[in-house]
Amino acid sequence: MTSSQLLGYTTFAYLASAILYLGLFVFRARKIGPLATTVTAAAWLVNTAGIGLRWQESYQMGIGYAPLSNMYESLVFFAWSIAILYLGLEWKYKNRVLGAFAMPFAFLSMAYASLSTQFGKEIKPLIPALQSNWLIAHVITCFVGYAAFAVACGFGIMYLLRAKSEERGGGTPGSLMATLPELKMIDDLTHKTIIFGFLWLSAGIITGAIWANSAWGTYWSWDPKETWSLITWFMYAATLHARFTRGWSGKRIAWLAIIGFFAVIFTYYGVNFWLSGLHSYGRG
Amino acid sequence: MSKEENTIWRFFASVKLALFVLFILAATSIIGTLIPQNNPPSFYFQEFGPNLARLFLILDFHRMYNSWWFLTLLMLFSMNLIVCTLDRLPNVWRMVVVDNLATPLERLTKMEQRAELASSASPAAAADALRGILAGRGWKARSAEMPEGTLLFAQKGAWSRLGVYCVHLSILVIFIGAIIGAIFGFKAGVLIPEGNSVSEVYEYGTERPIPLGFDLRCDRFAVEYYENGMPKEYRSNLTVTDRQQNETFSRAIEVNDPLDHRGITFYQASYEPTNEFLVQIETPAGKEKKLFRIPAGQQIAWPGTDISFGIINMAEGERGNDTRFKIWFSDGKGEPAVFWMPNAVSASIPRDGGEYLFSLRQIYATGLQVAKDPGVWVVYIGCGLMLLGLYVAFFLSHRRIWVYIKPEGSASRVLLAGSSNKNRVGFERNFAELTEAITKDPSFTDTEVAS
Ligand code: HEM
Repeated sequence: MTSSQLLGYTTFAYLASAILYLGLFVFRARKIGPLATTVTAAAWLVNTAGIGLRWQESYQMGIGYAPLSNMYESLVFFAWSIAILYLGLEWKYKNRVLGAFAMPFAFLSMAYASLSTQFGKEIKPLIPALQSNWLIAHVITCFVGYAAFAVACGFGIMYLLRAKSEERGGGTPGSLMATLPELKMIDDLTHKTIIFGFLWLSAGIITGAIWANSAWGTYWSWDPKETWSLITWFMYAATLHARFTRGWSGKRIAWLAIIGFFAVIFTYYGVNFWLSGLHSYGRG
Repeated sequence: MSKEENTIWRFFASVKLALFVLFILAATSIIGTLIPQNNPPSFYFQEFGPNLARLFLILDFHRMYNSWWFLTLLMLFSMNLIVCTLDRLPNVWRMVVVDNLATPLERLTKMEQRAELASSASPAAAADALRGILAGRGWKARSAEMPEGTLLFAQKGAWSRLGVYCVHLSILVIFIGAIIGAIFGFKAGVLIPEGNSVSEVYEYGTERPIPLGFDLRCDRFAVEYYENGMPKEYRSNLTVTDRQQNETFSRAIEVNDPLDHRGITFYQASYEPTNEFLVQIETPAGKEKKLFRIPAGQQIAWPGTDISFGIINMAEGERGNDTRFKIWFSDGKGEPAVFWMPNAVSASIPRDGGEYLFSLRQIYATGLQVAKDPGVWVVYIGCGLMLLGLYVAFFLSHRRIWVYIKPEGSASRVLLAGSSNKNRVGFERNFAELTEAITKDPSFTDTEVAS
């Protein structure tokens, strides 16, 4: 068994999980709920094992490093974070419909990691600048934050779907959208998830700054990656203030959750592949 | 004029302004990620044509994060934060330190969490029992005698109301740290060939020399490679000689592991080969040995002998570490020897009189980034405050519980009231559990629970 096999299975398992949750939602097949949860938990365990094995393999190759150091590995960790975050939410809120709006992100991340030809997937030794514990802390904190923002985006979409159907008078019991949680609850969930992500993103930016300072003697140099992470941070800060102090909620916050996630994607993906930056790290 | 009437104060205290500035900061920051920063003007003329280039230069788009207008935005942002905080903090502070035993009793009957209980015990005994139950759940109650009864009050997390201000303050602390760094610090670079010392470094951008106040020597620079030829580590062995403080010490630095002396930090940043070499020649049977430091392309003579030699050519390999050198060597007898050898090894040269041992090592110069930033600790403290403040603001809440006990015949009647400034759902659960714990006490009966 190799880590790439395990991570290959993970991709299919997340696909199965996403399909089960979507099926559960669209066909109101509540009976498959426990199966969906089991598949997701199993997929997450395989994902964990894949990351662990990749770590061990890197040690066997004599270049041991935490598998969080290039685009491929960070996508795998992103999927891992989404899955565990979702499982936590499902456990806390006892609601499986949420899975239809969260697990597709985990699958898409793994699918993109496996299929893309833009970056290598092999275990490669780390160049000196990347050999830092601050880098590990940086990647973990950032991607936990990004995972929360992905899930918040899913909840934003869920909110808009239900709100739209209620406007059309479709909120009657028995309609498909009525199986979604109450608008107020989705709104609250979106907000809480954004708060969680914001804390981790802040920690991610800070650990990144400390890493840069230990490697180059500047904690902030306005390179495009740093700047975009700050733009993302500003956007979520504005979203939170609009809610705390101006009472924004509902559709507006749902849209901001979606737009915020676009900023995340741009920070993560766009900067590496559309802009030229110093952050050679992402090109792994 | 009072704060409320002052329109300038109101302008800076407004959260609308904060939202606007956050949006503008986010939007304008994008410019600098699209237009490459800090290049010479000619670059922009070449890349963008004369019209756009002129516009960029006028608007400082080529160094926008230091431009007057971006710094003005950051100033506006800071002013907003300061005024908004000053505007609200006094009220919040009052909430933290207020004497909650002075809360008017009618307010208790309007709290979002309420329960009314009856007790067969006397008011004094009921108050003691309640105090005990509260203490068992971590609520330390204080009490006050009222005209008609006893009021108990307990709270948790009053300080958490300041979490938000800790976050806002942390942003200002980070700015202050950045300003300290910009005024009292510098960023510079220096290239030191192995064996050489420097006592000054050169500021980035201006190339202005900055004296260090001590000497820094590079004893040795080395690159370590992985099996596949990728660089694994760049290492410089440095020696600091500080006459003022009468100390000398040596230390190796690597990428991510800099050297710090007197607030100046040296980072491993780059390296380059020089045109100089260390050559050691050992005559047959090890009779004599001598070390030379020579440039390439010159014929060198060993004084007092017939030996002369030189490095006459070099060929770079595919990887950084396999350059080969062409050596010319003569001991004055017969044809000179000409051969290729790699860096940092010894070659034996068979001659009529025996074998010479010829060792060669190219001298490298280590490239150091040099930074002095006395503000960095201020920035880190700000970062710590921010994470702490975010945690407090997001996850802790100020929860308050009042218990009013008044006599009813020889027994007592109890009003339980509570409120929380955040996480109402969680508090509702706490409150229900507390009420239940009280009704489990044999002397209490639950008469009416309102929430
Ligand atoms: C990007 C920078 C900023 C960050 C990270 C930030 C962070 C926060 C946080 C975490 C809260 C907590 C809300 C809560 O849980 O109740 C908050 C509230 C608040 N912020 Fe900011 N803030 C920023 C900028 C500003 C600015 C510039 C203003 C200027 C007016 C401002 C005004 C407020 C106000 C009025 C509140 C509500 C305070 C309250 O509930 O009493 N913030 N902020």
